[in-house]
Amino acid sequence: MRDRTLWTWHIGAGAVILVLLGLHMVIMHLSGTLGFLGVQDAEPTGWASVAARAGSLFFTLTYVALLGAALYHGFYGFRNILMELNPGRTVRSVINVGLSVVGLALFAFGTWAALAAPGAATMAGG
Amino acid sequence: MQTRGHPNRLGIRGWVGGGRWGFERYMYTLHRLSGLALLVYFTMHIFVTSTRAVGPDAWKQTMSVVSGPLFTMGEYLVFAAFAFHAVNGIRLGAIELGFAVGRPIEPVYPYQTSVGGQRRLARAVLMIAFVVALWGGLDFFVWK
Ligand code: HEM
Ligand code: HEM
Repeated sequence: MRDRTLWTWHIGAGAVILVLLGLHMVIMHLSGTLGFLGVQDAEPTGWASVAARAGSLFFTLTYVALLGAALYHGFYGFRNILMELNPGRTVRSVINVGLSVVGLALFAFGTWAALAAPGAATMAGG
Repeated sequence: MQTRGHPNRLGIRGWVGGGRWGFERYMYTLHRLSGLALLVYFTMHIFVTSTRAVGPDAWKQTMSVVSGPLFTMGEYLVFAAFAFHAVNGIRLGAIELGFAVGRPIEPVYPYQTSVGGQRRLARAVLMIAFVVALWGGLDFFVWK
């Protein structure tokens, strides 16, 4: 029962990632196509673009959402892979606790970055 | 682990080849590899992109480290892994939630199986992922 709930969240997170990461990939990687359509012509990873996105509430919020969804989805998927190798009881607890701690720490750190980025952008006059 | 189903006797070897199943068995391997690759990239990505919170100089310095043909190639592989994992993930989700399995029908001769439809779906997934990866490749290396 508990595993089923966690798995359902895994699939749900996949759907969220599909939308948010799809957008992220289009912005970061299909810049040639976007330029052709006249939507964007600056280098997407240049400081000017980064600072402009950092100043937008939309990007801040969706980055935190993508961070959470992708970390949960990725670490839960990794846990499943490890569980398939039939670890013993102790190793299983180490995996569960270890992956949760690492995932939460990465989430905290990434959230700090997303929330602190607007300050860095305005201070630098971006 | 105590399992109620079959024990996993193949271990990691089972990732690469599981016997006489069709190409869907290798899509499973690819889904697993692409998922793990995305996870490794993403973990590093959090540290790399966090330098934008420090300021423009830190950001520019980091970007100068992660540029060059090797990184461009690596980023393209991430894009291709995303293309496959995303499209195949939709297929897996649809099948697991019962949407793409087909209706149960009476076993009347000539017998039909739902496998035909699922195989068409798997082929479509491979084709769509290929087209997305190709489009990304053009954008990365030709139209940039
Ligand atoms: C683009 C949107 C994505 C979709 C639609 C998606 C969907 C899925 C689905 C349906 C599964 C299989 C679940 C199952 O059969 O029980 C899966 C597994 C997995 N995904 Fe994703 N995923 C996406 C993005 C990602 C990302 C960004 C990562 C990395 C951070 C990731 C890492 C994994 C891992 C590690 C697994 C486990 C693979 C396995 O058990 O073989 N996925 N994904
Ligand atoms: C390979 C190509 C990729 C490039 C060039 C790229 C680029 C960037 C850049 C420049 C940022 C900084 C924010 C901004 O400028 O708006 C960022 C943030 C972010 N990216 Fe990516 N990205 C890539 C792949 C991915 C993937 C595969 C994922 C998800 C699994 C992802 C998830 C995120 C998240 C969650 C953030 C916000 C992080 C935070 O604020 O802590 N990115 N990306």
